[in-house]
Amino acid sequence: MKRLVRHWQSLLAGILAVAALTRLPLTLPEAANPVGNGMTIAAILVVVVVLMQAIEESGPALRAVVLFLGAHIPAAMLLSGVAGNEGYMSAGFFLLIAASWLLAWASVSELSQIETRSTGLGWLLKLLIPAIFGAWLLIIWEAITRGFGIPFILLPPPSSIGTRIAGSVAILWADVQQTIFKAVLIGYIVGCASGFVVAILADRFAFLRRGLIPIGNMVSALPIIGVAPIMVMWFGFDWHSKAAVVIIMTFFPMLVNTVAGLAASGAMERDLMRSYASDYWQTLMKLRLPAAMPFIFNALKINSTLALIGAIVAEFFGTPIVGMGFRISTEIGRMNVDMVWAEIAVAALAGSVFYGVVALLERATTFWHPSNRGG
Amino acid sequence: MKPDTLRDRIIPVLTILLVIVTIWYVGAYFMNAPFQRDLDRRGNVTSTTMEFIGKTMSQPKPILPAPHQVVSNFVENTFMRSVTSNRSLVYHAWVTLSSTVAGFTFGTLLGILIAVGIVHVKALDRSLMPWIIASQTIPILAIAPMVIVVLGAINITGLIPKAIISTYLSFFPVAVGMVKGLRSPELIQLDLMRTYHASAAQTFWKLRVPASIPFLFTSMKVAIAASLVGAIVGELPTGAVAGIGSKLLAGAYYSQTIDIWSALIAGSVLAALLVTIVGIIAKIVDRAMGGRPA
Repeated sequence: MKRLVRHWQSLLAGILAVAALTRLPLTLPEAANPVGNGMTIAAILVVVVVLMQAIEESGPALRAVVLFLGAHIPAAMLLSGVAGNEGYMSAGFFLLIAASWLLAWASVSELSQIETRSTGLGWLLKLLIPAIFGAWLLIIWEAITRGFGIPFILLPPPSSIGTRIAGSVAILWADVQQTIFKAVLIGYIVGCASGFVVAILADRFAFLRRGLIPIGNMVSALPIIGVAPIMVMWFGFDWHSKAAVVIIMTFFPMLVNTVAGLAASGAMERDLMRSYASDYWQTLMKLRLPAAMPFIFNALKINSTLALIGAIVAEFFGTPIVGMGFRISTEIGRMNVDMVWAEIAVAALAGSVFYGVVALLERATTFWHPSNRGG
Repeated sequence: MKPDTLRDRIIPVLTILLVIVTIWYVGAYFMNAPFQRDLDRRGNVTSTTMEFIGKTMSQPKPILPAPHQVVSNFVENTFMRSVTSNRSLVYHAWVTLSSTVAGFTFGTLLGILIAVGIVHVKALDRSLMPWIIASQTIPILAIAPMVIVVLGAINITGLIPKAIISTYLSFFPVAVGMVKGLRSPELIQLDLMRTYHASAAQTFWKLRVPASIPFLFTSMKVAIAASLVGAIVGELPTGAVAGIGSKLLAGAYYSQTIDIWSALIAGSVLAALLVTIVGIIAKIVDRAMGGRPA
């Protein structure tokens, strides 16, 4: 009984596969391009489930591999069967998709059981588990949109978004250059740098700090994005206005975090610096700034997202005819939803890369910090 | 030693605010002066310096409105109009507020649910958590206009699309904060629960939930600010019907700078109010749970 409970996902998958057998073929009678491999797919699923019970005693790695193959081969076969039959898939199709999804879930469960000593394998697992999850998000998205024949405008399937990305690399690249390389990067650098400089000033003069920090804390809760139309009015339609929005958005998180970070070094360390007779700037450079690094990087990470949002939203208020925000707002008006999704995918990728670069820099500069040492 | 509130808090903040207002006035003069000079030359008007400064502060569509213009516009549109008029800021703030609160409520519930799942199911933790963190790096607001237009295409308009955007923006901070909070009980406390032979549900309700409350409120403060931003941005592409976002957009279209600024102030007041309310609730809950002031 215990064994059954432990493998409930694969058991349920088996039940669903058997249920699907009664609902074959995979396509409705009206379908243009009927497919006949439903029996094979259901058979594979059932075999995998039976195998799971047979190899109960073996390690999680073997079980994970069996489940992985058992989930993804049927999924690939199912998806290839949809071509030409959009909107004409039968209940059997969805039952089998659900069954293979359950097997993929079971495979992820097995993978998370694996305890490994080797760092390389650990990294691989760390990447593989979320990758399977992400892949299934796409598979289910694809299966539902195409299987039910959901209108393209409402939600295009990922495969057609992928085709659109591949087909319009030049446009996307021009948008990235306009929005990210000009507006976001320049605004980010200027905003973070000025926030940092003001933070040092606020640290030097206590009066300034007492006045600025409550204001800074309050401002960070405000919808600063609203200044976008004003900036567009002041600095024109080109990237300058977007950079200005980004500067304003990134300034305050940097200010507040840096001031908090500069207070992070302990009294004992500061006393030590005093007994060395080091002056303000020496203490700052050699003790307090390094101690503030985790806080500063926290602000840099928050700002990497804010900068992208600021630049894209500011473009909704007026741009030259290039830029990610411009493309999103015009293509949605023309109901080219796949282009909008392509742009969003690119923005997501750019955001993750931006964040990743900052995170790598953080690891390189604050390698001494406990959160980076533990392994 | 008790900190001197007047000397250490109020005076510095007031000084900085005074400096900001002064810079604002000076900026208003210099940004509006060229246009005013042009206007005077064409109208063959010669004015003294004081008169000229006064005129730069009272243009109907200035590049940078002076603070008193913004304040008087804000006061006029907030208190002098009936709240049902579509020129009243109270009306627009109400429209924005309703979708903010709806989205925030759903987002918080969803965030808590996801956090409970992540804490209790190991596979979810390993597979979902990286995506939640990665999704924080994605400019989600970029989806906002599409959600609005697409849902509009199938006749879902009004509050729901905006609330969806707010939900999306507010559930991330809550999920991440709650995962941290539900995991905050230390090993020694969990061991104690074990010696009591507590079931998983008992450990959850009697140890993990109480421990997570401070984390929940901290992330709710972030979440409510985020969902307000979501609601405002969600109002941008609806063709300027109602709400603070549409007020911003209409102001941008017709160069009504004073309107933009007073809409901004309305948004800021709303944000400050919401965060304060969450803060007060946090304090009440903290006291009810027996927390003592540190």
